[in-house]
Amino acid sequence: MTSSTETPASTVEDWATDFDHTDPGWAADAPAIWDDLRGRCPMAHSERFGGVWLPTRHSDVSAIAHDTEHFTSQSVIVANWRPEAPRPVGFAPPITSDPPFHEIARRILLPAFSPKAIRALEEPTRRFCAELVDDIVSSGRTEVDAAAEYSQHIPVRVIAHMLGVPDSDGDRFRGFIHRIVERAGQVDNVAVEDTMVYYLAGVIADHRAAPRDDLVGFLLEAEIDGHPLTDEHILGTVALLLIAGIDTTWSAIGASLWHLAQHPDQCRRLREQPELLAMAIEEFLRAFAPVTMARLVATDVEIGGRQLHEGDWVLLPFPAANRDPAFFDRADEVMIDRQKNRHAAFGLGIHRCIGSNLARMELTIAVQEWLARVPHFELADPSAVRWAGGQVRGPRELPVRLAAAGTEDT
Amino acid sequence: MKIRYDREACQGHNRCYLLAPELFDTDDDGYAILLVDGTVPAQLQDKAVLAADNCPEYAIEILRD
Repeated sequence: MTSSTETPASTVEDWATDFDHTDPGWAADAPAIWDDLRGRCPMAHSERFGGVWLPTRHSDVSAIAHDTEHFTSQSVIVANWRPEAPRPVGFAPPITSDPPFHEIARRILLPAFSPKAIRALEEPTRRFCAELVDDIVSSGRTEVDAAAEYSQHIPVRVIAHMLGVPDSDGDRFRGFIHRIVERAGQVDNVAVEDTMVYYLAGVIADHRAAPRDDLVGFLLEAEIDGHPLTDEHILGTVALLLIAGIDTTWSAIGASLWHLAQHPDQCRRLREQPELLAMAIEEFLRAFAPVTMARLVATDVEIGGRQLHEGDWVLLPFPAANRDPAFFDRADEVMIDRQKNRHAAFGLGIHRCIGSNLARMELTIAVQEWLARVPHFELADPSAVRWAGGQVRGPRELPVRLAAAGTEDT
Repeated sequence: MKIRYDREACQGHNRCYLLAPELFDTDDDGYAILLVDGTVPAQLQDKAVLAADNCPEYAIEILRD
């Protein structure tokens, strides 16, 4: 387990009765916490956030994800308040939508994220990745931050490309996401002009004035029953793509590089057998799934022997489900040629991550281009790796040492 | 070997399409389309098993003769 020496002290005494996914102890050691809870309290409960549950078995996570009758997606980020945007649409359709509206909102987006549609983004993504690694390698430095200098820039550039906004807006994206995802439940005083809603309203107005053939243009053209989407719907959907597409992919890329930095044998094997990469990527997604979703209990229901009440939060830790030894053979091992891998990194049920093909493509190309250009790398200081907490978990600081010329292990 | 695909269970994870493109295509929305009529050609049996074993939604069933 990673455990940064600079991590602030945890305020949680017992994770089974008082867990807090925004606690620094979770960021550092979440996989160990899930494994511990699965053994002794597989449906943990905490009074924090007004009452929240934490299932850690695959069977319970799957049951909740597939049950849209007892659980609502009205809000999918656990916070100290309950959502204001009404069901079944929610703030950011379709992720915050319930049936039957959910399918209407999702159908609009699906064609833009199908595997074939995403293929068109491979070439620019490969170019972004190659440029980023080339810059790092040509700088001649032997120690670099693979999270901050590489992983985080990839989804930012790809999404900026998809939304038709300048690359330079990327820093603003990261600020929005940090406030919404990593500091959920905390109150920040932010000027209106610095909010994501203000920024996106500007992007949408700009597209209305000068129509373009990109994702925002696609949404402006889309219709439900012959009517254009409302401004709220478009803004919410673009907000969703920004929030859901950046931290998550950045985390998956960073965590995969964190693992590979410690397994030169697997790096070598992937270089010698490039056909294994697709399977390895799914295994990294299983082992290091970044995303924990959430639901609110819509009507009282029993899950895993516990009584859940209307209005309770439920965290859906897909990464915990992915480590359940009752579901996966040798769940705690990273096997890059795992043959049976029904991982839930992209969720389960009707809310399966709509960007999964995009994320998978970015992760694959990011790892490919890194391995192709960095002959050997290792963690510069394992205790300096810093993981983000909250519902999107991945390394935010990942100092790695690049091999000096002549010490390649290939 | 026979193969069955359940469109109702499918959520468009696309794992089958990536692992066994000879057996599965996808529609415009990214849901799977089974390309064979139910019988798996001998040379594709390993891929059929792989597709089934990696479907997170258990939407693919393999029936052995």
